[in-house]
Amino acid sequence: MTTDANTYDAIVVGSGISGGWAAKELTEKGLRVLVLERGQNIEHIKDYVNATKNPWDYPHRGGRTVAMEEAYPVLKRDYALNEKNLSYWASDKDSPYTEVKRFDWYRGYHVGGRSLMWGRQSYRWSDIDFEGNLKDGIAVDWPIRYADLAPWYDHVERHAGISGSHENLPQLPDGQFQPAMPLNCAEDMISQRVKKLFDGKRHIIPGRVANLTQPKPGRSQCQYRDACWLGCPYGAYFSTQSSTLPAAAKTGRLTLKPFAIVSEVLYDKDKKRATGVRVLDAVTEQTSDYSAPVIFLCASTLNSTWLLLRSATDVWPGGLGSSSGELGHNLMDHHFRVGAQGSIEGLEDKYTYGRRPNGFYIPRYRNLNGEKRPYLRGFGYQGGAGRGGWSRAVAELGVGGQFKDAMSQPGGWTIGATAFGEMLPNHANTVTIDQNRKDKWGLPVHKIDCATGENEALMRRDMANDMAELLDQAGVKDVEMYNAPCFPGMGIHEMGTARMGRDPKTSVLNSHNQVWDAPNVFVTDGSCMVSTACQNPSLTYMALTARAADYAVNELKRRNL
Amino acid sequence: MSVAEEPIDAELISRREAIMRVTAILGGVAFVGSTALLSGCRPDAGKSTAADTSNAKFSPDDVAFLDEVADTILPPTSTPGAKAAKTGAFMALMVRDTYYPDDQKRFRDGMRNIEDATQKAYNVSFMKATPAQRLAILTPMDKEQWAQSKAQADADRKKALAHLGEERKESAPGTDVGATTAVQQNTGHHPFRLIKELALLGYFTSEIGCTQALRYAETPGRYDPCAPYKPGEKAWAGHA
Repeated sequence: MTTDANTYDAIVVGSGISGGWAAKELTEKGLRVLVLERGQNIEHIKDYVNATKNPWDYPHRGGRTVAMEEAYPVLKRDYALNEKNLSYWASDKDSPYTEVKRFDWYRGYHVGGRSLMWGRQSYRWSDIDFEGNLKDGIAVDWPIRYADLAPWYDHVERHAGISGSHENLPQLPDGQFQPAMPLNCAEDMISQRVKKLFDGKRHIIPGRVANLTQPKPGRSQCQYRDACWLGCPYGAYFSTQSSTLPAAAKTGRLTLKPFAIVSEVLYDKDKKRATGVRVLDAVTEQTSDYSAPVIFLCASTLNSTWLLLRSATDVWPGGLGSSSGELGHNLMDHHFRVGAQGSIEGLEDKYTYGRRPNGFYIPRYRNLNGEKRPYLRGFGYQGGAGRGGWSRAVAELGVGGQFKDAMSQPGGWTIGATAFGEMLPNHANTVTIDQNRKDKWGLPVHKIDCATGENEALMRRDMANDMAELLDQAGVKDVEMYNAPCFPGMGIHEMGTARMGRDPKTSVLNSHNQVWDAPNVFVTDGSCMVSTACQNPSLTYMALTARAADYAVNELKRRNL
Repeated sequence: MSVAEEPIDAELISRREAIMRVTAILGGVAFVGSTALLSGCRPDAGKSTAADTSNAKFSPDDVAFLDEVADTILPPTSTPGAKAAKTGAFMALMVRDTYYPDDQKRFRDGMRNIEDATQKAYNVSFMKATPAQRLAILTPMDKEQWAQSKAQADADRKKALAHLGEERKESAPGTDVGATTAVQQNTGHHPFRLIKELALLGYFTSEIGCTQALRYAETPGRYDPCAPYKPGEKAWAGHA
């Protein structure tokens, strides 16, 4: 036990999905934990100020104004800029960054981070993913396999609450699921047809989503409002606020400090250990130091690496973890915005009730079981079917009473899906520090240089064509492919830059997410990823964080940290 | 306009159009905004801020005119019309706050076109024209915008798919970031298309639109994946 007011048993930097899990696990295992969050606090339910507003309560009905676009030059590039949850997105003006090539970075700088706005799709990785780099001779081998992570997937799924179906697919392991949100009648019909096509290798399954279908203590089951990105007044989707923070707070060992920008990890070169962190108060701009024997960096992919790049530079000019030559390298994302859609004939006497905040998923099927496409790895699809709403009226011909009444009724069924493809690691895709440009607090900003490569370009042809083919063969009409420009970062699945590995010469972190050069520093957010797979990554961050926290506490007890 | 800018603009429009219906379906899935508005292609801010701002100002007469135009597109039937939902004021607000100068001008041109066509055909102002006369004015305008918009959407989609497999070019080293992020100032839409879009958006997201033209359940509480539907029943309104 420690007594100094600025000394804790563990410090967690960041309060998003990874930081929340670190806080929960470490406090529950008896540690006094300080969680440092650079932005404001957002209290569960109380601060979800727009969560129960009606569409007509927003002056621009949720849209974006010119003034908003001027204030958010990055966020405006995609859907994220909107009137409804604007306060949940970081200010591009306060926290600029330098793009050598276009990289869209959509950030949440507040308690809970992007756990409040995330898409909640939650998929396990399999050994196909963990073994991929080794088999393909790409980058470095993951230092762990599915068996290392499986019990931790179990652990985090049970607490977070993931709804999904058991499918027994080797490329997408089943988990500890709550009952799935079912496919609707059109999706089910197409799913049944697809079972008989493609040798039964393509599967349309319910999306696995971090929304409860059964209540948990302190949390209700999903109310099918489909307003998740506003914060849920029922606590029905997983967020730091709804799930991990209450668990950590319950221990009485949690200290949460908002407006605390960590500017550096403090390192003792004699002990070869980090001793704490330096914090810049975002409001007063005062600096103070906090110390702890264990430090978890969960500040998000690019920010945890930014911290490492700035730390222990007296020992390693390139920062803590740079001895590998890989710190800041191998930045990745998923590439997407490509797919197909079409119309379904029939089912005019069927409709849905409730707004399901989920769709269907098609697990990866390419380059499995010996298949060899002109590219490596593969992609999955996220999609849905539904009856057209009023917005179809924009593209329809007509004015007047009949038109209005027709558009007030549901249109025909349509179905569509967007592919999410794996992006290969590439040493040339980097984040460094731009010493010539400062943020609002005078701290030097990130400089990002990242692009997709030939493998992703080749994969995109299949990503569009395959969905068109599937829909066509399943009897869907008017099938149209789409392909929109996609830049790294748009997936909001940024990964890599402090990768795990088996060798300190080629990786920043070891198999337990410890920085090789400072074993009491753990990095468990997306920075640690060695490859991207094609599944949404957050569930894997949760599992890696819980696993690393368990290891850290054991090592602390053994006096190894 | 840079070399990189033009095809990307077209693709973005295409993506919006193509994905629009899927958007409604996917709901909270994060990759498509539930509020991706229909003329949602936005320019690089600050490009032509010096432009004329008079097109952004709407007088009470302008709002009354827009109410009548919207009420012609969406008149009272068994449910209230667009004027009852104060759609004119909403359209004016949207043009003022969310349109860039080129589209503001285009929207004003659309209003002028309606007035001029009414004067020419009936020798009265649109405000004094009968409902039948108003409908007769807007119907050919709608046909014209529909044909133009459809042709544009088809061309855009073709263009976007021609790029399939060549995405690497878009983020090739040396590509100017500013140029690739810029989306055109001018959506290129037919003036009546802009008017119709805002009338539809204003009406169907208003309280009257959501709760009377459509059905609205703020908290459905459950999900039925296969509910019976009888012809004539109203669609469910969305939420956030």
